[in-house]
Amino acid sequence: MNCIIIDDEATARTIITQLCAGLPNLTIKGTFSNAIEAIKYLNQNEIDLIFLDILMPGFTGFDFIQTLKNPPKIILTTSDSKFAIEAFEYDCIVDYLVKPVTLSRFEKAVQKATSVVTVTTPTERAERISDNHLYINIDRRLIKIDIASIYLVEAKGDYIQLKTETKNYTVHSTLKKIEEKLPDDLFLKIHRSYVINIKKIIDIEDNSVLIKKDVIPVSRSNRPELMKRLNLL
Amino acid sequence: MEAPNMSYINQLSGGDIAFKNKLIGIIKTEFPEEKAVYFESFAAKNYNYAAENVHKLKHKISILGLEKSYKIAERFEDHLKEKQTVGYEAFHEILQTITDYLETL
Repeated sequence: MNCIIIDDEATARTIITQLCAGLPNLTIKGTFSNAIEAIKYLNQNEIDLIFLDILMPGFTGFDFIQTLKNPPKIILTTSDSKFAIEAFEYDCIVDYLVKPVTLSRFEKAVQKATSVVTVTTPTERAERISDNHLYINIDRRLIKIDIASIYLVEAKGDYIQLKTETKNYTVHSTLKKIEEKLPDDLFLKIHRSYVINIKKIIDIEDNSVLIKKDVIPVSRSNRPELMKRLNLL
Repeated sequence: MEAPNMSYINQLSGGDIAFKNKLIGIIKTEFPEEKAVYFESFAAKNYNYAAENVHKLKHKISILGLEKSYKIAERFEDHLKEKQTVGYEAFHEILQTITDYLETL
């Protein structure tokens, strides 16, 4: 299993790395001192297991899990047993290790991760995200956005602009990446540079839609899908 | 006052001296930094942040086998979350004990 370690404490990362080294079925692909760096890594790489600290400055392990569309198996590591109940609310969390982690307890947790059967389908997870939130990285801060409040996403070179009910955000990302994070039942790509929230459409005229105060072009190839998705009389 | 020990570190290293020295080196670097951040938060009466600092220091306390001290730290962390400083003398004593011990390594 390919795994990563996320913990703001170097001592903890060193201990988990040592424990992983003793198990031949584990390969450490990276260690991260903060969640933002780990999210960047996970956007580019597939991982089977994450050893995740809960209490990190500014961004908890639970906040981190909520940013993942299809979270891998996660073993929580913490100095506190008080979070155990919250941990059980997440299907992806297979075990909960209280620091300092002993070898026998670590082996048991990895065994669980190896044998656990994932019961949540990707579709179910996507649905959970759809009525949830999205985190965007701006100036090394992860900002939580209510997905339903997004009405328009516009591609702007290496950036995208997210327009919400209350505020606009410019994020270093691509339209393709954000499309993957947004629920299909709510969002539709209507042009190579635009993804819209179809619930927010005010009117449609020829080859454009009015959404809030923005008039957005609809490409010829995307128009049939848009018309199909509308509740036409 | 209980004394710190190397029991956990020895068990974890399984005789791997290089790893043991590496881990001790990291603790010797990280502990004074975490301690300084805690004292700064405590002096500034930023008790929520001080509680987070205590939480992190608890790991070092447990690694060094200080079981009773760990419980003291846990109670102190809870007090800080309530913006109370009850137990700070005992906690500061634990920090000093660890500081003294790390100097001997």
